[in-house]
Amino acid sequence: MGLFILRRSGVMLLTALCLTFIVFTLTNLYPNLEKLAKTQGNFRMSDEAVESWLDKNGYIGSMPVKYGQWLGVVPGWTYTDDEGMVTGRCIRGSVTAEEAANATSLCGIIQGNWGKSTVFKEDVSGIISKRLGNTGYLMMWVMIVMVPSALIIGILAGMREGSAMDRSLSTVSIVTTATPEYVSGVIFIAVFTSSTVGLKWFKGTATSAMDNPTFENFTLPVITIALYGMGYIARMTRASMTEVMTAQYIRTARLKGVSFHNIVLKHALRNALIAPFTVIMLQIPWLLNGVVIVETLFNYKGFGWVLVQAAGNNDIDLLLAVSVVSVVVVLFTQLISDIGYVYLNPRIRIS
Amino acid sequence: MEPLTWTGSLAFLNPILQGLLVLLAIAILLWLVASILLPEGSTKTNADGTLSLSGGPRGLATAGVNYSFMAVAGIVVIYLVLGIFMGTGAGIAGAIAQQLVPVWISLVLLYSASIAFKRKLGLYGKLYDSPIGMIGFGLVMFWVFTGVYGAMDLIVTHDALSQVSGMKNKVPGTPMRGATEEDFQWYLLGGDNLARDVFSRLIKGAWVVVQIAPLAAIFAFMVGITLGLPAGYYGGRLDTILSFAANLILAFPVILLFYLLVTPEIIAAGVPNYMATVLFIFPIIFIGVLLNSRYYTRPKLRNPLLTCVLGVAIWLYLSLVSNGGYLVEAPTYKIPGLPAFADLFDIPGGILVVFVSVVFVNSPTVFRIVRGLAMDIKTRDYVAAAQTRGEGPWYIMLWEILPNARGPLIVDFCLRIGYTTILLGTLGFFGLGLPPESPDWGSTINDGRKLLSIYLHPALPPAFALLTLVLGLNLLADGLREESLKD
Repeated sequence: MGLFILRRSGVMLLTALCLTFIVFTLTNLYPNLEKLAKTQGNFRMSDEAVESWLDKNGYIGSMPVKYGQWLGVVPGWTYTDDEGMVTGRCIRGSVTAEEAANATSLCGIIQGNWGKSTVFKEDVSGIISKRLGNTGYLMMWVMIVMVPSALIIGILAGMREGSAMDRSLSTVSIVTTATPEYVSGVIFIAVFTSSTVGLKWFKGTATSAMDNPTFENFTLPVITIALYGMGYIARMTRASMTEVMTAQYIRTARLKGVSFHNIVLKHALRNALIAPFTVIMLQIPWLLNGVVIVETLFNYKGFGWVLVQAAGNNDIDLLLAVSVVSVVVVLFTQLISDIGYVYLNPRIRIS
Repeated sequence: MEPLTWTGSLAFLNPILQGLLVLLAIAILLWLVASILLPEGSTKTNADGTLSLSGGPRGLATAGVNYSFMAVAGIVVIYLVLGIFMGTGAGIAGAIAQQLVPVWISLVLLYSASIAFKRKLGLYGKLYDSPIGMIGFGLVMFWVFTGVYGAMDLIVTHDALSQVSGMKNKVPGTPMRGATEEDFQWYLLGGDNLARDVFSRLIKGAWVVVQIAPLAAIFAFMVGITLGLPAGYYGGRLDTILSFAANLILAFPVILLFYLLVTPEIIAAGVPNYMATVLFIFPIIFIGVLLNSRYYTRPKLRNPLLTCVLGVAIWLYLSLVSNGGYLVEAPTYKIPGLPAFADLFDIPGGILVVFVSVVFVNSPTVFRIVRGLAMDIKTRDYVAAAQTRGEGPWYIMLWEILPNARGPLIVDFCLRIGYTTILLGTLGFFGLGLPPESPDWGSTINDGRKLLSIYLHPALPPAFALLTLVLGLNLLADGLREESLKD
């Protein structure tokens, strides 16, 4: 087991490296850098001005070297202007040459320096941790709403295959999987918040929920994300439940005379919940997508909102940090689902 | 011109419909309660030896649901049929029903022909045995026909891009200001933020989806199959490398990937063109290997066949990837492609980019499914038999394993078209790829959502359209799965 985790961690690290390199390459393509220079400087910059701006800010250089600087395995760039003042990746502001010589040479993410956002003019680590906190709170409520309701729907539908309950609940779960967040969100906003329909039960934006989440401003974002993921988990739970209910040992229990609800609760449930556990874990990366859409739709400034801002403005350091975080989330949930699956299901052993 | 109401002179039917809907809801509720509380109906043996379920309260509840559902469906059909003949006399619903006449005719023809010959049509015919599959297929074909006829300008009432002054954010059924004799006199579903006709944009948006989604799914399948079969069949290092690459793409959040691939700067750098050049080769490889592995023992048949098929395929491929005589046309450099005179068709830049990124996002999932199926099927006896009689590995993969994996693949294909539709909507929702005035559903939803608290009509029709299309595809996949499991 220890070896398995070690190997998976190695693969994880390799994946994260490859992925960040791809993001790094795409964001550092020359047209992107040119756009960055023009948004940071001014839009009527000549080509030479763009060149010199890029040179001054350390964007010129070969891709592997720049990537190494970001990682912190290659000494960071420095730039000496005409007056002998030095700016650089590891230096705050501009300093004299002597001070620059004393500064550390390596400063990448290995040293804990995530760089500076060009859009927000703040340290990336600060932005990410703050926004991730917002999204974490949202995700917590999504999980609290989504997982129990999906499991209950799946189990109720799966315990008697083909019954009225099964057919109606299956229809519900198919409808929810067919409704992407931007459709259900728009419908919810229209029905529950607009003055045309007149219900006005909830608020159409969740901006105030960042400081003060209430039932009124936080329900719609949570429901919108939860609904799309719920259908899929419910269908998987149903499939696993129907499979368990046809197993031999359930038939034995029935012939022994165990009552139906005892069969479901004591015999079937535990085995039926193994597969949904994996599905729920693997669903988390998909929720990330929903988070981006819902945070844009409801103007809730979390991780997804940062992703849109960073990608829209080609904020290289921020975008890289965002991709590192999302890759870690994806791979970590995969790892947990694998380990949990082995732990829950003693029939499987990793050799 | 008077503004149109929703049902016009058929308004007398509305209370009946409302009553029936309430009845249906009550019946469904009773049916559910009955299925939980009451015991199952007992079976009794008839005199002729057949079994029949006795009615009882549960049977009554089921019958109630069936009858009230049929009554609601009947009323809806009355609205449609009367609407087709009365047109705008029957309000907005009638006018829309009349505009959609070609769609209704095609659907009726398709269904009657298919049901008449369903025993001869294989899996497709069996679909007509499952009500869920029929409903799903009906929804899908409704949008397909709507999209196709919409592109032929049969259904649309106005130009999807033209703005008419005074029609900004007007509610459904508003008469068009300054309409001449030839113009359609109303904005059936109102006007949007830029005073364009919502109904026409909805129909044109269906064409964008119908054009891209199935093709993108086919290409994703070609890529996934061509890479997934050898990965599953050979295993070993090839499998490790390909699986790693697939997991790499899957580890990206889809939206980040879209933002990275579809921004104007990346398009200017020619990245999507390179990706198109690589991704679109796979269908050619697939077709070439497919035919060669089957017919290589008969060179007399194979040589002309392969030359013709590959010739056409490569020509299509070159036409597809080269635009105006160039494969990649970046400001700083150019890679020449097929000269413009031999170029059969040009894909508009936005659509090509969207297409490529959707294929790119979908193919790793298909790869994983195909790989899993191949690993499962290669242990079967018929594969061992083929190996023993000395068939080549590609013959086994493409002509032994692939046909036997078709069930799950067909089901996944339907789901994948639905997922592609959702992805296209996501792209539009973030304003990526397609031009901003494009009538696709995602962009329309995005435009409409900003004024949602005051005006509902620009955002809701595309939202429901997308919902019904994806729902139809999911139901179709469910029906197909059910029917393919039966034998």
